[in-house]
Amino acid sequence: MITVSFFIGIYIFMLAAFAGWIIIGRVPAILHTPLMSGSNFVHGIVVIGGIYVLLQAATPLEQSIGFFAVLLGAGNAAGGFAVTERMLAMFKISGAPVKPHYKHKKA
Amino acid sequence: MLHVLPDICTAFADLAAAFLLMYGLHRMASPVTAPSGIQVAGIGMAVAILASFLIMFDISGGARTLLAENAGLAILALVIGGGIAWVAGRRVAMTAMPQMVAIYNGMGGGAAGAIAAVELFGGHATGYAALSVTLAGALIGAISFSGSIIAWAKLQEVLKIPLRFPGQRIFNAAIFAATILLGFYLLWLEHTGTLAPQLIIAFFVLAMLAGILITLPIGGADMPVIISIYNAFTGLAVGLEGFVLQNPALMIAGMVVGAAGLMLTLVMAKAMNRSVSNVVFANFGEVTKSGRTTITGELKPTDPADAGVFMRYAAKVIIVPGYGLAAAQGQQKLWEFVQLLQASGVNVRFAIHPVAGRMPGQMDVLLAEAGVPYDMIFQLDDINDDFATTDVALVIGANDVVNPAARTDKSSPIYGMPILNVDKAKQVYVLKRGTGKGYAGIQNELFYSPNCNMVYGDAAATLAKMIEAVRGLGKAAA
Repeated sequence: MITVSFFIGIYIFMLAAFAGWIIIGRVPAILHTPLMSGSNFVHGIVVIGGIYVLLQAATPLEQSIGFFAVLLGAGNAAGGFAVTERMLAMFKISGAPVKPHYKHKKA
Repeated sequence: MLHVLPDICTAFADLAAAFLLMYGLHRMASPVTAPSGIQVAGIGMAVAILASFLIMFDISGGARTLLAENAGLAILALVIGGGIAWVAGRRVAMTAMPQMVAIYNGMGGGAAGAIAAVELFGGHATGYAALSVTLAGALIGAISFSGSIIAWAKLQEVLKIPLRFPGQRIFNAAIFAATILLGFYLLWLEHTGTLAPQLIIAFFVLAMLAGILITLPIGGADMPVIISIYNAFTGLAVGLEGFVLQNPALMIAGMVVGAAGLMLTLVMAKAMNRSVSNVVFANFGEVTKSGRTTITGELKPTDPADAGVFMRYAAKVIIVPGYGLAAAQGQQKLWEFVQLLQASGVNVRFAIHPVAGRMPGQMDVLLAEAGVPYDMIFQLDDINDDFATTDVALVIGANDVVNPAARTDKSSPIYGMPILNVDKAKQVYVLKRGTGKGYAGIQNELFYSPNCNMVYGDAAATLAKMIEAVRGLGKAAA
């Protein structure tokens, strides 16, 4: 089992915040919606925390709250991935072959 | 030696997941690499979820007898939660994306809050450090959970009007202060070794109430900021619960998202020339009555067909889409119209304001959905100087982001906000549903200026008429 002491935890938080700030700062404004849903997907990793507490649950109360945590976390992860992947597939450059997502009457 | 193998596997899987999630976000720096980025992140997530089940080999005590049952419940929750959200995410209309993101965000916050609840009820969080981090994660997660649900209800128009009442700010502050105080009381109770379940429940109820109360008064135009804030909150809550569970992957992923959400929040607030606290605690609607009312000139309505034909013979056209285009689902008609103009040799570009729509970048996604190539789409700073040399600026369902009062009228609530300088174009057409004001409730002098004509009606229907008129000219006219 990994052990993270309080101060090591703060160091991890600090470095991750820095990395996040720099990584996100490079994303162009045109991708801000997929970025938001994509980062939304990333915090869907909370689902593994839910799985931990549910598998370690010893009382019906812990079981039901743990179930709730996995349910919500799974929704967060699956939904975030579905919409982000869908949106990013739509961004095309001029002259690229167009894959229509809708019925388009040719001009 | 063998008994630590599952532990080692999980640790390495989490490490790989943390790397792949960050690398996936890193690939979002360009629309070219972004689609593979989300797939890389998806693989990371799948690996982490599968590996998390390996903890089954390391369970003792009361949970051991329940292990099969719990594992079944976990799989059931994954299938139900993941399945519903996946189908919803695949089917949702692009115009409904802000509320979809809000609800997924609320789910993440709720999951973080639920993890904290298990730790608190089960008495697993011991010691002041672990307990304070758990409580902080619980507070932020619960606020994000209930707040995101209210944000969803407002965006979905289940809740139609911002709810405001006298003394609201004081009431909200009192609830928030009570939540914090109760949190500290719980922390102080740590030396007694047990936390009363009633107090834990009260803490969660108060935190969720705070989330609801903070979000209720916020208006539609401020939604991009509030969605960004809750995104940051959920990230932070996940990171904090990651520390409680001693899982560095959760800590890293959560904190990266926290930083991302904070940055987007600041970008949005800057684009409105307001501080974040002003967005959350003041309300646009309250301060708008003082705006200058002496506007000279008159509104000049014109026919969609005339506007369409005029643009057909222009050399350069810049289109400014706003929420009205999304509301009318007019993006595909718009692209059809633009293609007609391009076929006649007109140079057409799109100009996007950072806060156009209901979430950052929403208009870019809607245009991409319709098939507009992203190299035709320009952001405010990149295109604003070009309006002066443009024949026609076509404003569709946008209002406050093109209001010149932001440059000239110091008494205006939007004074100082960067705007798109459409008034500098030779001719401006404004497609608008009716004569009403924008979300900020401010008169727009642009509409009254000599070079501006109004085209009233539903954006999609108006664009259809323009297409018809330009087609009517035939190829011979080209």
